[in-house]
Amino acid sequence: MFTAIERLGTSVIQSLEEVGRMTQFLYRVVISIFGRPFSFNDLLKQIAFIGAKSMPIILLSGLFTGMVLALQFYDALSRIGSSALMGSAVATSLVQELGPVMTALMLIARIGSATCAEIAIMRSEQQFDALTCMAINPYRYVMAPRLLAAIISVPLLTAIYNLVGILGGYIVGVLFKDLNGAAYMQTIIDAISWSDLRMSVVKSMLFAVIIIWISMGKGFFVHYEKGVSGAEAVSRVTTKAVVSSAITMLFVDYIASSFLI
Amino acid sequence: MSERNLPFIQVKDLSSYYGDREVLRKINLTINAGEILVIMGGSGSGKSTLLKNMLGLMTPVKGEIRFNELNMCQANKKELFKLRRSMGVAFQGGALLSSLSVGDNIKLPLRQHTNLDENTISIMTRLKLELMNLAGFEDLMPSELSGGMLKRAGLARAVIMDPKILFFDEPSAGLDPVTSVELDELILKLRKAMNMTIVVVTHELESAFTIADRIAVLFDGELVITGTVDEIKNCTDERVTNLINRTPREVQIDGEKYLKRLTEGAA
Repeated sequence: MFTAIERLGTSVIQSLEEVGRMTQFLYRVVISIFGRPFSFNDLLKQIAFIGAKSMPIILLSGLFTGMVLALQFYDALSRIGSSALMGSAVATSLVQELGPVMTALMLIARIGSATCAEIAIMRSEQQFDALTCMAINPYRYVMAPRLLAAIISVPLLTAIYNLVGILGGYIVGVLFKDLNGAAYMQTIIDAISWSDLRMSVVKSMLFAVIIIWISMGKGFFVHYEKGVSGAEAVSRVTTKAVVSSAITMLFVDYIASSFLI
Repeated sequence: MSERNLPFIQVKDLSSYYGDREVLRKINLTINAGEILVIMGGSGSGKSTLLKNMLGLMTPVKGEIRFNELNMCQANKKELFKLRRSMGVAFQGGALLSSLSVGDNIKLPLRQHTNLDENTISIMTRLKLELMNLAGFEDLMPSELSGGMLKRAGLARAVIMDPKILFFDEPSAGLDPVTSVELDELILKLRKAMNMTIVVVTHELESAFTIADRIAVLFDGELVITGTVDEIKNCTDERVTNLINRTPREVQIDGEKYLKRLTEGAA
């Protein structure tokens, strides 16, 4: 009985410690953005890594999501004789919800895991100690460009995902199901408001911060992993980073939706 | 007193802990300007922890570390920044940034801390690479270098800002005897060419005896002796003679405790 309570207490304390560490970590990264010298080259490199190199998976997943959504909505709407509204249904669900969430999930898989593993290996190989000893702030040099690049890239990738999804819906609706193309586009223009677009941008920015923050933080604190070290510790924190990012992202999605709808 | 014999670093009553475990006990050590001091000891003796404390990567629980007159433990960010710019650190595995080429790694401190133009930076980098016998390797990535080359590249980066003091962690660890001797010669050459104070952490006896002006021997977190190579060789302390003669530590087994541990959980 006492052992169970003791274990519970220990895990609560450890979780609180981790939350504290991660919050302090984010604070240091944000503060370091304003430090000098800031390397725009590094920022561009990270934008290329997070943004440009993610384009293929964003294009493919966006296209198929839009096509599947169109099939589902066509089937449901045609039963009540409203298949003409398919365009607005596809666009609204993409812009408000599926675009930001699916883009974030794709980026967690591609960027989150890679960033976490890279940072964890840098930590294990004393690269952060080396930066500190060279009087170079690791938060500014390594973390800040990644955070900024994510905040810039993720909303853009989300917008591309939404557009490609709408195109996927067009292909299914207009080319396969013989809906009127102009009507498809017009229902989208009528249905999507500025507040929908704002929701998409706000959510994608929040998700960008969550993905990169958790991935970098988990990697940076790899030495806190108990009972493991080296490759096993890197693999464990990478898994944790992916799972934590996804769950936190979905939780924040609910909170953001409840405020923004 | 010549400038060379002035105390440059003073470690006073330094104690350090990992959790509840005391890993350094009341260390007192003086490192003079211009000398090569080797910190020697077996595995787990606390030499790497002492180095981390001197580099400011760990904050000591008790005691202080002074660089000239600056107490590192109480220094503000600006003072620490200035101090670190006058230091060079060569890590055991090189600790080169894996995303940068060898050349970019060596150029990094110059790009971050100086306003020198790229041409000058490239010339300075090439000079240091020549000094380390690494000419022509600047476009390679760290993953393409051998262990010895990584250490030399790390050393090149450590001295690129012409530091007043160089810390070198385990220069010979994991290297073949020839490369190890080459690195020892390089350390001596660096001191002669750049007149810097050098602190080397190692457990390699031959290397320590070759390069050291003085040696500090650590054992189980305690500083046993600090002295010249001859003083260390003539020391009669059992802990030092065991280290020099490579005598394995006697494993002492408490019979009762051993039996208890074996039978624990069996009942």
